[in-house]
Amino acid sequence: MQIDLLQEARRQAEICNACRYCEGYCSVFPALHEERMFTDGNLTQLANLCHNCRGCYYACQYTAPHEFDLNLPKALAEVRQDSWETFAWPGPLAHWFQKSGVLIAVATIVGFALLFLAFRALGSSGGEGFYAVLSHSAMVTIFLPAFLFPLFSIGISLRRYWRATDGKSVKMSDIFDAFVSAARMKNLAGGHGDGCNFEDEDRFSQARRLAHQAVMYGFLLCFASTSVGTLMHYLLDMPAPYPLWSLPKLLGIPGGILMVLGTVKLAYLKLNADKDLGAPSAWGGEMAFILLLFLVALSGLLLYGLGNTAAMPTMLAIHLGSVLSFFPLTPYTKMAHGFYRLAALVRDAQRKSKA
Amino acid sequence: MTITCDIAVIGGGNAALCAAITAAEKGAKVVILETAPKAYRGGNSRHTRNFRCMHAGPLDPLVDDYSEEEYFEDLLKVTAGKTDEKLARLAIRTSEECLPWMQEHGVRFQPSLSGTLSLARTNAFFMGGGKSLVNAYYRTAEKLGVTAFYEANVIHLELDGDAVRHIDYTHEGEAKRLAPKAVIVASGGFQADIDWLTRAWGPAAQNFLIRGTPYNRGVVLADLLEQDVQSVGDPTQCHAVAIDGRAPKYDGGIVTRLDCVPFSIVVNKDAERFYDEGEDVWPKRYAIWGRLVANQPDQVGYVIIDAKSLNLFMPSVFPPIKADTLEELADKMGLPAEKLRNTVESFNAACGDTSDFHPTELDGVATSGLTPPKTNWARPITEPPFYGYSLRTGVTFTYLGLKVDESAQCSTANGPIRNLWAAGETMAGSILGQGYLAGFGMAIGTVFGRIAGREAANYAN
Ligand SMILES: Cc1cc2nc3c(=O)[nH]c(=O)nc-3n(C[C@H](O)[C@H](O)[C@H](O)COP(=O)(O)OP(=O)(O)OC[C@H]3O[C@@H](n4cnc5c(N)ncnc54)[C@H](O)[C@@H]3O)c2cc1C
Ligand code: SF4
Ligand code: SF4
Repeated sequence: MQIDLLQEARRQAEICNACRYCEGYCSVFPALHEERMFTDGNLTQLANLCHNCRGCYYACQYTAPHEFDLNLPKALAEVRQDSWETFAWPGPLAHWFQKSGVLIAVATIVGFALLFLAFRALGSSGGEGFYAVLSHSAMVTIFLPAFLFPLFSIGISLRRYWRATDGKSVKMSDIFDAFVSAARMKNLAGGHGDGCNFEDEDRFSQARRLAHQAVMYGFLLCFASTSVGTLMHYLLDMPAPYPLWSLPKLLGIPGGILMVLGTVKLAYLKLNADKDLGAPSAWGGEMAFILLLFLVALSGLLLYGLGNTAAMPTMLAIHLGSVLSFFPLTPYTKMAHGFYRLAALVRDAQRKSKA
Repeated sequence: MTITCDIAVIGGGNAALCAAITAAEKGAKVVILETAPKAYRGGNSRHTRNFRCMHAGPLDPLVDDYSEEEYFEDLLKVTAGKTDEKLARLAIRTSEECLPWMQEHGVRFQPSLSGTLSLARTNAFFMGGGKSLVNAYYRTAEKLGVTAFYEANVIHLELDGDAVRHIDYTHEGEAKRLAPKAVIVASGGFQADIDWLTRAWGPAAQNFLIRGTPYNRGVVLADLLEQDVQSVGDPTQCHAVAIDGRAPKYDGGIVTRLDCVPFSIVVNKDAERFYDEGEDVWPKRYAIWGRLVANQPDQVGYVIIDAKSLNLFMPSVFPPIKADTLEELADKMGLPAEKLRNTVESFNAACGDTSDFHPTELDGVATSGLTPPKTNWARPITEPPFYGYSLRTGVTFTYLGLKVDESAQCSTANGPIRNLWAAGETMAGSILGQGYLAGFGMAIGTVFGRIAGREAANYAN
């Protein structure tokens, strides 16, 4: 990991440790105040506990032009970003995609192209609905590795994270604790429940928390919808397309709508927030990732709407193409943050139960 | 641009904001004139962490109770009786209703910070500290239609008989004049004016560090005193503590505090000890060390500890100077090496049985036959590496202020000034003649800020 980024985070953490005024904002501070010297592992863990709510920046009496030049959200964002690049496997991919919106766009276009080529070359071999465009077995052949590979890759990354942060063997109670806090996005409430400072300097608002919840739950609903669909296909021999009053649609449509609304709001917030309180170099990559998620969700919804029209094959290519770039990029884009965040929360639960 | 308003509030810290909000809620048109730029708005209030509050039962976030009597007794202990009882009791009694008022106006509290559990009953801690409190109040004030001008430096209040006629100030460098119906002064003490401090205290003050804002230069205070507005408090005194000698000249705030003195020996620049480092627990001795250091040559002290004491106190902002031998440490700190060794050796020789050593209680582990003695926590300094910090005098605030009555109104020898009120540090000398009680500054500012805002609005309406 980059020494200068760690060194800057260390300098700031030492100031916070002498101050402690922000102790109530989030779980970073109680963890920070337990140390006296900060190892690289400590800082990596603190960085992944921080979700860039910015409360501690606007509350800080030592921000520039003060000579102490505190900007903890930025210092931690830089270390966090760097840690994701360091732990990713294969490493160089993260190095490219985390920071580059252009590369994410290129990957998405490659995804479309692959799908069109597949339609052309493989075709339907006599299926119905979507499978008239591309056969079910061809879809599985393409998407199964695209789905399994990132899981494997993330597994390696998390192991690396765990080693670096000196993690202990995981207990059920640690995991439970972590999931409860993630599900409520407790930390994004800002300690006092008024939200975070993302939109308009020191004004607290719930916007980012709500938008993020919408995307997260929307994504989980869509994921559940696909999983249910897969089970129905294999176990019940009920292939897609499904009618409105079916489980895949009842999960997928609200999920898609939540994702669309949430990503639009997140993109809007990101445009308004001060770039210099995050990792500025990663801004483009993060924004492209939000837009890719938006595209996945919107094309999914449109596909449902246009399923019986001539536009369907094109829509299908766009949807599947964006999904095809989204999944393999997971370990190398902002999408990885969810996994690291959970790991950091589990690690923090271990710290708390020890203390 | 000419601005019209009912009330001008001078200053942009806690007292000013409480006054402005209260007056605006009563329908007055209020402007705030704050000399600092926006990034540094909020005076010393931006450096605070808590508010001392009376309460009859648990009052979120405070536990148990804290009665008026106990609060008042705590105050008497630190001021050695130099307290105006009527005003002090008013501040104490009103502090209880202030806490919910603060919450209603955007302030958020948190449980007492790690390392300050002893204050969980008496002091309510601001989540994020004083700057977040100041931010919340500015937001609230704005919503109520208060206009805040930054870089608006008030230089003169024209007093004519029993009323202030107008205010002269500069705004972003341009001379301006304002004639509000009523004026509230909440512009703090004069500690950031080193020349004034030097006149008051003596040349030693040149070497003092100012813990808070560089903008509290007492300009308005001096202007009013010149026009014979009544004052209170010892003009030569300031509240000072010992802080890390490497702290910035201004605005170092809380992080420059050093808690290691009880586990150390402290020497002057000639490597001689000059006071009992173990006299009492540190929070009770924090303030006298400011004076002790001020009386040493060059107004500097040096704390020496060894490896076994390093983790016994709260970390501070600058890492200690570290060396494997005392000579090397002396060298790095600019102390006479031979002399330091002798001082440490005679201290070590005077230490006795240390088996009762207890870092958080008066343990009676003392030196014998040494002058000055060390009466608690006296353990020989023997284990390398050795660590050192320099100490300087850090000024918190000055005592001289405007004398006010229970309605926060100022006066001359001829009686009250019809349209002038004062709140916060600038009138705290009316209550606090000496010493300091943690969290009382914000209590005074909140209570009297609200009183001043109310009275000024009643007058202006
Ligand atoms: C490091 C530190 C920590 C502290 N911690 C605590 C604590 O935890 N609890 C507590 O109760 N107290 C604490 N205090 C004391 C506390 O800061 C003061 O009692 C309190 O802030 C005073 O509030 P105020 O509004 O009167 O003054 P300030 O907050 O100092 O505000 C004065 C304002 O007047 C402005 N001003 C000055 N001159 C002019 C002028 N000529 N024209 C226009 N504006 C002017 C200044 O810019 C400033 O905005 C602390 C002090 C320091 C230095
Ligand atoms: S961010 Fe600033 S105010 Fe908050 S704990 Fe750190 S130094 Fe203190
Ligand atoms: S930005 Fe928010 S989450 Fe991160 S350290 Fe500061 S307060 Fe905590």
